[in-house]
Amino acid sequence: MADVALRKVVKRYDDVEAVRGIDLDIADHEFIVLVGPSGCGKSTTLRMIAGLEDISDGDIMIGGDVVNDVPPKDRDIAMVFQNYALYPHMTVAENMSFGLRLKHYPKAEIKARVTEAARLLDITDLIDRKPKQLSGGQRQRVAMGRAIVRNPKVFLFDEPLSNLDAKLRVQMRIEIKKVHQKVRTTTVYVTHDQVEAMTLADRVVVMNKGRIEQIGTPNELYHKPATRFVAGFIGSPAMNFIPCRLEDVGGTLQIRLTDRIAFALPPARAARYNALPRTEKLLLGIRPEHLTESHAHLGPGVESFDTVLDVTEPMGMETLVYFGLDGTPVCGRVDPNAGAKDGAPMRLAMDLNNMHLLNEATGVVI
Amino acid sequence: MADVALQPNTVGAAQPVRKRSGLQKALKRKSTAAFLMTLPLIILIALLVLYPAFYSLHLATLNKSMQRFVGLGNFEFLFKRDTFWLVVKQSCIFAITAVLFKALIGFIVAHFVHNIPAKGQRKWRGMLLVPWVIPPAMSTLAWLWLFDPSYSAFNYTLSFFGIGPIPWTGDADWARFSVILVNVWYGAPFFMIMYLASLKSVPEQLYEAAAIDGANWWQRIWYVTLPMMRNIIAITTLFSLIVTFANFDIVRILTAGGPLDHTHIFATWAFRIGIEGSDIPLGASVSLFMVPILAVAAIFILRDVNKRGNEA
Repeated sequence: MADVALRKVVKRYDDVEAVRGIDLDIADHEFIVLVGPSGCGKSTTLRMIAGLEDISDGDIMIGGDVVNDVPPKDRDIAMVFQNYALYPHMTVAENMSFGLRLKHYPKAEIKARVTEAARLLDITDLIDRKPKQLSGGQRQRVAMGRAIVRNPKVFLFDEPLSNLDAKLRVQMRIEIKKVHQKVRTTTVYVTHDQVEAMTLADRVVVMNKGRIEQIGTPNELYHKPATRFVAGFIGSPAMNFIPCRLEDVGGTLQIRLTDRIAFALPPARAARYNALPRTEKLLLGIRPEHLTESHAHLGPGVESFDTVLDVTEPMGMETLVYFGLDGTPVCGRVDPNAGAKDGAPMRLAMDLNNMHLLNEATGVVI
Repeated sequence: MADVALQPNTVGAAQPVRKRSGLQKALKRKSTAAFLMTLPLIILIALLVLYPAFYSLHLATLNKSMQRFVGLGNFEFLFKRDTFWLVVKQSCIFAITAVLFKALIGFIVAHFVHNIPAKGQRKWRGMLLVPWVIPPAMSTLAWLWLFDPSYSAFNYTLSFFGIGPIPWTGDADWARFSVILVNVWYGAPFFMIMYLASLKSVPEQLYEAAAIDGANWWQRIWYVTLPMMRNIIAITTLFSLIVTFANFDIVRILTAGGPLDHTHIFATWAFRIGIEGSDIPLGASVSLFMVPILAVAAIFILRDVNKRGNEA
């Protein structure tokens, strides 16, 4: 096992810069998830760590050694591919033991390792089958087994759950987490699914357009996003961004959303934003769960307002409500028993203690 | 697949409603419809393949003047002749050696072409296919001139190195080498294009997985490429074996079976005996002798393909 470090890593394809100088330190035993929309450079970054892509500039270090020019087979890594990449002509056991056989491990040790990995992944009964005879989930387990038996320094996962159906994806997510808890190998995991990123990672790296937007624990990213991109990407349904401005009314700092709706900011927030020029174009970032049905006893910093709902989406444990504020679509989350109906008026409450204020031009969270 | 799955349902559902006539039921069945649709082709094959095949079987049982039934007399006669066994030996050497080299060269060239960037690849693919698209009778004539002992380009070039002159078509061993060489030149592009198509269908991720698993270039070929191409290799080899075994034009034009029958193969010898020697029944017997040899090869290779068909 080892730590991994990326120093100013760049990847260029002709004129296009897919990865634009990223720095990343991954500690030993850590589970890091690279997440971002397609084309953000996350898979390229992973493939550069694997050695499947040359790097155009910068350094990649595994266990303290620069591996820029080391071929994949000598990097002591194992990779799980999106399409599993199992050898179709080999049985499960042969697939799993292939790497060990190439390295001329003793037969007894190969057998022991394969048996142990099969037990860990609950695929002991499938050991003599060919990949064709396995379901998607089983193939995924075999692909993981192939990685585990090698006992590598680093595991690399390239969107491993993308080909599975939603239910199986949740199951396998838990499996992957369990396996990591047992083997504790440093893991770099690429996904475009922010739920996977949040649930699996020790730390999440959010990438966008070949750059790292923010690195942090799932909680940090959720509660303290650094940019509008991160705030909008992490969380489902996504955070609302409502154009607003600050104004002083009778000595208190207010945030004005529409001509009709303006709220006094809670003291802590008022102190934080007081220095901002009142003319600056701002965005109020508020997650749907902080826009709920209003009730008689609202706590400090929670403000209520009236609106007319456009659409409601009953989800069972909650109802999502959609409405407009001066043309900006906004989503809220209310109790299923709160009486939200399509086209009906409703009084909602906004928890300003959990608000974010963003600079509209730069997208930076203030 | 769907056919098998649907049949019981269709039959099961039809029975309780009302009893239909056998014909109606048969027409309802997908397999019957499929049979009817392929019937024109089946008739065509019967006319163009089965009829001549059975006719030649019939011919092989007649005497030279085609007047009298002699049973297996022609075969008995053939088995006693040394030339026949020479032809059997030469046909096997010719077909096996030529197919082996065609497969080997096709495989190597396919790899080179596969690694050429996509932009220039079409050009190379087209150029490399040229030997295969020129009618062999034409190209073999060109080879004949290249092989000419007195003024050919080969011997002229070799003379600069103090080699030769080589009797390309005059000496038994050199003549065998020459016909095999021309056959390889003509047939290798077919292997190349088949292998290239097969190479392109191997998922890139398998190579990446193998690279990470620690496989070097040779191991990737041995453990990934070859197993993934097994079926194509088997089918192409079988197909080429049949065609090469039955080859006529190259040998006929280049050596006409000479010198002293030392390059005759089944087809050219059958032609020599049947057409030139006016013994059509004996010629038919010679050509029929290819059938059991090829049938055995076909059974072995196709059985193997079937066995592995379900893997990929």
